[in-house]
Amino acid sequence: MPRKKHTARITGVADTAMGELPGSTALGLHAEATNAALKDAGLKAQDIDGVLCGYSMTVPHLMLSSVFSEYYGISPSFNTAIQAGGATACIMLANAVALVESGACRHVLCVTGDNRLTGMTRDGAVAALATVGHPEFEQPYGMSVPASYALVAQAYLHRYGITRDELSAIAVSARKHAALHPKATKRDPLTLTEVSESRVIASPLRLLDCCLISDGGAAVIVSAADAARDTRNPVRVLGSGQGHTHEHIMAAPSLTDFGCKASSAMAFAQAGVTAQDIDVAEIYDSFTITLLAELESIGFFEKGEAGKAALAGELSQGGRLPTNTHGGLMSYGHSGAAGGAFHIVEAVHQLRGEADARQVPGAQLSFVHGDGGILSAHCSLVLGKD
Amino acid sequence: MDLPIPRPNADTRPYWDAAQQDRLVLQHCADCGAPQAIPRSYCGTCHSADLTWRESSGTGKIASFSVVHRAPTKAFRDQLPYVLALVDMAEGVRLMLNVIGEDRLDTQIGDPVRVVFEPRGADGFKMPQVQRSPA
Ligand SMILES: [Zn+2]
Repeated sequence: MPRKKHTARITGVADTAMGELPGSTALGLHAEATNAALKDAGLKAQDIDGVLCGYSMTVPHLMLSSVFSEYYGISPSFNTAIQAGGATACIMLANAVALVESGACRHVLCVTGDNRLTGMTRDGAVAALATVGHPEFEQPYGMSVPASYALVAQAYLHRYGITRDELSAIAVSARKHAALHPKATKRDPLTLTEVSESRVIASPLRLLDCCLISDGGAAVIVSAADAARDTRNPVRVLGSGQGHTHEHIMAAPSLTDFGCKASSAMAFAQAGVTAQDIDVAEIYDSFTITLLAELESIGFFEKGEAGKAALAGELSQGGRLPTNTHGGLMSYGHSGAAGGAFHIVEAVHQLRGEADARQVPGAQLSFVHGDGGILSAHCSLVLGKD
Repeated sequence: MDLPIPRPNADTRPYWDAAQQDRLVLQHCADCGAPQAIPRSYCGTCHSADLTWRESSGTGKIASFSVVHRAPTKAFRDQLPYVLALVDMAEGVRLMLNVIGEDRLDTQIGDPVRVVFEPRGADGFKMPQVQRSPA
């Protein structure tokens, strides 16, 4: 049965400064992003009646949304936290859409932020992330998040004959975009050779196949259709979908096809569009292999073709599918749950025509995707110009 | 720093108890017959609580692997580089194990492997691992 059409609008988006932010705190970043998103929407704090938070590694808490609402000084009528790793931001947005379309809320604030670079050690962050592994059947074997994605990469390379340069091209393409974004963490030019000669983290993945660890925050405000009328520049949510096949990589039903296939099919069907209609894509890219596998599993490219497309410039400005136009998690920044929110912020900027030097001309439709765990939890969104 | 020792719970204890006796046992559903890798109170295929433990053949094939050069914790730093692998056991379940042995760095996808038990820590807690088996 076809799902009802969405009516919700994204009315405010913002992210904070990015990278190494000494003196920042996780909750301070939440508040900074909230103020900026309210300003972006033309709304006031008292207009917000729903709050969705994610999670923070520097402030691990059972009730992060209550902690945030107290810190910021609001008393929403709906308040909860959502934890789905890198899919958190997209799943928060999908929940916010359901809340405003059901009539439970008028304006829902989705807010995330973490100071995981300056608020903890790099070793501490790597160790904390590895807890997505099974405590008895994965972690005692030295599982890490990069090593788990490496297991996917190895299987993928083996099955489809992907070359080193094809994988590297994913990172190079992101860096080219980051160079156009004044807030991006890594803006220096990057070559295929630099990626292929960076040190091995977990074969076949090298340092420059991996995302950054950054301080940063982001907020997205989702509003009911009628409540969006007097906001500055709303964007439509046209489709949403999720796919959940496993948590632990040892339990994944496939190492080459993932829940993004189902989640994107749902989102496209609801929006009444296909992958070929998308003008600009903002897709979770924790590692080069993450984006490559997702682009192919979603159906933007045939199996084994996404890396070749990246090498040919198809993911860049002017290419077939400009992807991660802000630079993504590998070059823009990655602050945990906020990392996936940066993709949403960028998609909205693109659809509003506010993406400055990195604007995809005439962008009408954007696809946004988040992935949590080891390609475990997936959420896809189709956004469109209002 | 010592490598982590699994802390069995009611679901998983028979697996680890068997490993201490150099035996690999796997859970099978008495209702639908499905085997499962991570032990549970219920079958992950048909949700039945009627589960039995069976001896594994101890043989499998490498589904994927990575030679790890960046350790997740201090304890694993002394082990670098180590081989993390997904092993498809003959019974039809996939386990995450380390490939150990002198030729571990030669591991390739599809390699036949057999389970061995490697003692860990002061009390010699035995961990199922795999070694590449000669063709
Ligand atoms: Zn069963």
